[in-house]
Amino acid sequence: MSEHLTEIIVFTVLFLVVSGMGFFAARWRRPTDLASLNEWGLGGRSFGAWITWFLIGGDLYTAYTFVAVPALLFGAGAAGFFAVPYTVITYPIVFLIMIRLWSVSHVHSLVTPADFVRVRFGSPTLALLVAITGIVATMPYIALQLVGIEAVLKTMGVSGSGLLTDLPLIIAFVILAAYTYQSGLRAPALIAFVKDILIYLVILVAIIYIPARLGGWSQIFGDATAKFAATPAPGDGTLLNANNQLQYVTLALGSALALFLYPHSVTGVLASRNRDVIKRNMSALPAYSLLLALIALLGYMAISAKIKPIGTDVNTVVPQLFDQMFPDWFAGVAFAAVGIGALVPAAIMSIAAANLFTRNIYREYINRDPTDAQEAGVSKVTSLVVKIGAVLFILFIDPQFSIDLQLIGGVIILQTLPSVAIGLFTRWFHKGGLIAGWVAGMGAGILMLYNVANPATKHEHFGGSAFALAKLGLDTKMTIYAGFLALAVNLIVALLGTLLFRALKVADGPDGTAPEHYTADEGDPRIKDLNLSGST
Amino acid sequence: MDRLLIHASEGSMTTGEPGRARSDRSPWNWLLVLPIVLPLLTFLFNADEPRLLGFPLFYWLQIAFIIVGVGCTTIVYRMTK
Repeated sequence: MSEHLTEIIVFTVLFLVVSGMGFFAARWRRPTDLASLNEWGLGGRSFGAWITWFLIGGDLYTAYTFVAVPALLFGAGAAGFFAVPYTVITYPIVFLIMIRLWSVSHVHSLVTPADFVRVRFGSPTLALLVAITGIVATMPYIALQLVGIEAVLKTMGVSGSGLLTDLPLIIAFVILAAYTYQSGLRAPALIAFVKDILIYLVILVAIIYIPARLGGWSQIFGDATAKFAATPAPGDGTLLNANNQLQYVTLALGSALALFLYPHSVTGVLASRNRDVIKRNMSALPAYSLLLALIALLGYMAISAKIKPIGTDVNTVVPQLFDQMFPDWFAGVAFAAVGIGALVPAAIMSIAAANLFTRNIYREYINRDPTDAQEAGVSKVTSLVVKIGAVLFILFIDPQFSIDLQLIGGVIILQTLPSVAIGLFTRWFHKGGLIAGWVAGMGAGILMLYNVANPATKHEHFGGSAFALAKLGLDTKMTIYAGFLALAVNLIVALLGTLLFRALKVADGPDGTAPEHYTADEGDPRIKDLNLSGST
Repeated sequence: MDRLLIHASEGSMTTGEPGRARSDRSPWNWLLVLPIVLPLLTFLFNADEPRLLGFPLFYWLQIAFIIVGVGCTTIVYRMTK
């Protein structure tokens, strides 16, 4: 433990400074009253371009990404680099989609994607399905942020053995829970500044300093190629092979489509001040992808530096690399960057999940006409429950299980695409068709994932997202992203279902939106304001 | 909520300044297709040579696509502002 003392001190000091900022955030851009979801859950819907850039960047590029993507390259090579094309194609795809979601949410004072589905399709059932999908997909994602912190703590030798093993992790999350409860979305927005500055600093140093010590990039790629050539596994290598190219492309595309369906991404977008902020950010956010590409290559640096993961936990390779390469004090800064990097998304995700519960379950089924203060109160308590759930997940269940669940999360959140993303452009689908499509896509997706084995982790089921086309009777060794296939099933069933329900003249829900609501901007009147004028 | 819905469907909601309908349509939007399609064409980049600064083509070209993405979205943003 003593050999890591400098690292631990630097880590702890930075962590405490950031926690202080989290509590202070309640006073930052102080509203007259924090007791509403607009304020607590969306930061007053007032964030400008810079804050939004840091907030969404901190939200999407998580601590888990920073340890898991290099770990993928470390283990499998080129296939792990899918994260780069994924984060390139997502912004042009959502460029025109998110501004429409922002506008309609502005006009109708919507807080969650399920709120939109409720208004657009007039179906509480469909909205409930979207809300539950969002919550279930987000929960393991929060737990994974803890995996990121845990990898750092393990490397510092803090989480050793004995009863107190997980105490540092619990303390970190209690602090996080407390300031999220108090400050809402303002806390991660303020902390995101520090997180990003630390991460950029660490990565810039890492990509200059580490290759120089290892003998240059040619040497690093050479070592990686040699390592993969020596392993018996057929799928690895520093280039793709004939069988995993389709998987690479469909995984990148499927993940790109899923990214902005996640409730926490929507929260970040809805918190921005106007459409211009979102459009500007969609062109500025890829700067983070550049960072991600460089971070991914840390996996190869770890191969070149002959890093061994702690136990079987490959997520420790990046912290181990920092520990071995950097002077102690800078390794401490790097660890703090990862640790704080976990706090920002964990806070936003818990807020997003809490908002889904409040708006689409509590408000719909428990208290139909809550006051703003009641809504904010329910969300605050739910955000605590969600975080406690995430901690229990990590403490009592194998972390591998969270990773599997997160994999499922990506596949299931994709099943809300027809209702949420396509729903922003057309009201053609019948609500019954969309529900049938959701059920079919969900079933197909989970069934496919169940049938993916992973010999490396000795998993018979849920071993990855690469589904072998041979299992469908095709004579090929090619694999495809299960989520992509599930989405295709979903869309086909939604289409056929819509035609069927129309033919049977089954009543459809009312559409509460009008075409001009999708292009409304800051300063345009809101329905709520018109409706409540005089009473507020 | 229902109260609000009825309100909306009555058409009493007006958006923006009268006489100026906003639209997201623009021919510039087609430029967004480029950064979506390029990274999906594995035959373009799934090779070791030519190398750049020691990086195999697979890595440097995909990193270059990030810059294409930033370029295209920035142009569309500026032109449709």
